[in-house]
Amino acid sequence: MNLTLKVWRQSGPADAGRMVTYKVQDVSPDMSFLEMLDVLNERLIIEGDDPVAFDHDCREGICGMCGMVINGVAHGEQRATTTCQLHMRHFEDGATITIEPWRAAPFPVVKDLVVDRSAFDRIIQAGGFVSVPAGSAPDAHSVPVRKEDADSAFDAATCIGCGACVAACPNGSASLFTAAKITHLSLLPQGQPERVTRAKAMVDQMDAEGFGGCTNTGECTAVCPKGIPLDTIARMNSDYLQANKK
Amino acid sequence: MASSNGKKAVMAVTGAVMVGFLLLHMLGNLKIFLGRESFNDYAHALRTLLEPIAPYRTVLTILEIVLVASVVLHMWAAISLARRARQARPVKYVAKKSQAGGYATHIMRYGGITIALFVVWHLLDLTFGVVNPKGFDSAPADRMIAGFDLSRWWVTLLYLVAVVMVGLHLRHGVWSAFQTLGWANRARYKALRATASLLSAVLVVGFLAPPLAITFGVVK
Repeated sequence: MNLTLKVWRQSGPADAGRMVTYKVQDVSPDMSFLEMLDVLNERLIIEGDDPVAFDHDCREGICGMCGMVINGVAHGEQRATTTCQLHMRHFEDGATITIEPWRAAPFPVVKDLVVDRSAFDRIIQAGGFVSVPAGSAPDAHSVPVRKEDADSAFDAATCIGCGACVAACPNGSASLFTAAKITHLSLLPQGQPERVTRAKAMVDQMDAEGFGGCTNTGECTAVCPKGIPLDTIARMNSDYLQANKK
Repeated sequence: MASSNGKKAVMAVTGAVMVGFLLLHMLGNLKIFLGRESFNDYAHALRTLLEPIAPYRTVLTILEIVLVASVVLHMWAAISLARRARQARPVKYVAKKSQAGGYATHIMRYGGITIALFVVWHLLDLTFGVVNPKGFDSAPADRMIAGFDLSRWWVTLLYLVAVVMVGLHLRHGVWSAFQTLGWANRARYKALRATASLLSAVLVVGFLAPPLAITFGVVK
């Protein structure tokens, strides 16, 4: 496959950044999107150019490090797929592909396609935990949990914190991420004591980081590689409103 | 209330107040099909609610204050959230493709502005009579029937566009309010969306029936 890439290049946080066009030849349809970028980077290095910086780690869709906006869609148009698990067979030979970083003020660009997602860490630090000595894993039947709750909590807990929700949201909101983290604790017995204070602390931190508000467009859940459902946000809103009643 | 979630709750509650008003307003409008008398009596009855316990126009004035407060708060929350959203994405995407579909969701802000501008015109036309052929000192039914006369077809057209905008605004707005207030969940989504669509459709049809009937001479 031969491709034309339009890639966002930005040398650092202070640089304004611009789209740069590259040709990539002899791409195998079996390559992942990141491997295709590796091919480009190898050539750029040989030519003495600066390789395109992008985040990646596990390359098996579970770590949440990779992520870029491909042809206007976070992680590309393939649903429920991280960028590293997106394969070139989903693209046409000769296609032009635009590649941009997550764009949000709370995610400043470090370089090219790498953004600083520390804002997510600070939201977790604000309350995304249980402050009890959890010890080792308890016996599965020591605290009964309804199957439905366990399933929903697990759905929410699959969030890998990649930030695609923020990238896709027309408001630059981190609601889906924050809601997923709130939901997976608020559905389980261990999460109950701090349930409403957690929601308030995390939502307030989300605001403080400069993320936008949710307008229920559903863009986030559509691009989420883990398919985190939109009703996690309703749960977050419910917990948050409860916290403000007290 | 100052947080983004708080502002969303303000939008949901004030939106609900406005939807309630629209339903009553629509039912009142439909009285025109029962004749000018019936419509005028209804307009008069609104002003004499709870008389003689409350003086003339007391209840209506209270309702108007609640409604205006709702409109103002709804706009305040919308504007500050829109500003917040703009600040959250200072650098725009070169390419951006919507994945959720549903254009109604993406025109909420423009729809809101369109509706607000229309309301100004609407009040000048049918409430204050400034731009109405019959003027202020006339019976409500006369203003309505003269206002949507065939010779003023563009007024009917303007009204049609605005009402369709209201319908689209509510198709997203109604279920969105439930989500914002935390009453939605995946088992209820289908029913909530269906309710929102049905409510919007009822309002659009109910609001369009009288002016179209007048313009095309069914109601004289």
